[in-house]
Amino acid sequence: MKARIIVTLKTGVLDPQGKAIEAALSSFGISGIEGVRQGKVFDVEIADTDPASAEAILKSACEKLLANTVVENYEIEIV
Amino acid sequence: MRAAIVVFPGSNRDGDVARALRLAGAEVVKVWHTDTALPAGTDLAVLPGGFSYGDYLRCGAIAGRAAAMDAVRDHAARGGLVLGICNGFQILCESGLLPGVLMRNVDRRFICHRQMLRVERADTRFTSAYAKGQVIDVCVAHGEGNYFADPETISRLEGEGRVAFRYADAAGELTVDANRNGSLNSIAGIYSEKLNVLGMMPHPENFVEGLIGGVDGRGLFESLAA
Repeated sequence: MKARIIVTLKTGVLDPQGKAIEAALSSFGISGIEGVRQGKVFDVEIADTDPASAEAILKSACEKLLANTVVENYEIEIV
Repeated sequence: MRAAIVVFPGSNRDGDVARALRLAGAEVVKVWHTDTALPAGTDLAVLPGGFSYGDYLRCGAIAGRAAAMDAVRDHAARGGLVLGICNGFQILCESGLLPGVLMRNVDRRFICHRQMLRVERADTRFTSAYAKGQVIDVCVAHGEGNYFADPETISRLEGEGRVAFRYADAAGELTVDANRNGSLNSIAGIYSEKLNVLGMMPHPENFVEGLIGGVDGRGLFESLAA
């Protein structure tokens, strides 16, 4: 089974990298972008075929390592 | 004073902090990150600077979950002293031993320069050789030193007197220019609730010998070894 985990910064947390990307896009002449926030994507393969238990495994992976919940949110998609 | 320095793959300041501790009179041993216990009689566990695990995922994230960190956590829970410098501070935050997180510097640059710090209190095991309000001249070298925590955590840290050092100018003023990484409240280092764990971004171990350019970092190691 495959899953995708998306980790994003919480609202209000400063994102200097996102700001730099936003400024770079504007300097490359790509207009109309009002904000960029950078995040991370993890594509994960899981041995388990039961979606509920796979989700539980991925949740503990996020809580223990993949996201720092002080500043980050995570979403789990079973694909 | 018996100090155990935990070395992770990518630690690179373990030798310098060992030297600073020995100069102050401490006995020093190194512990590998896979070790599950600290040597018997360890008074102080040290997490040195460097780039553990290449800063992959987030700075300190993987090291914060290493086997040796369980031993450090137990040591701290028993009231043992823990010092984390630079990457060590990031590891302490990631391991949950200290609150908050070190984010990318506000100007996105790796900063590496001499840095004045204001000593916020001199009544802890880490700072007794300094005076409260003293300004010390040390160094910083980091890309992710921008201290961030939610407003409740910041007010708890401030209310409990748990800010150890702040980025300041030579007069001890907390100016924007002195706070180059953008840390909330100019925070350069914080203590745990029981004041036995200290995490700090600056490097006191850089300045322990006049030949190298300064000696203001000595006080921290002398306080610990006293």
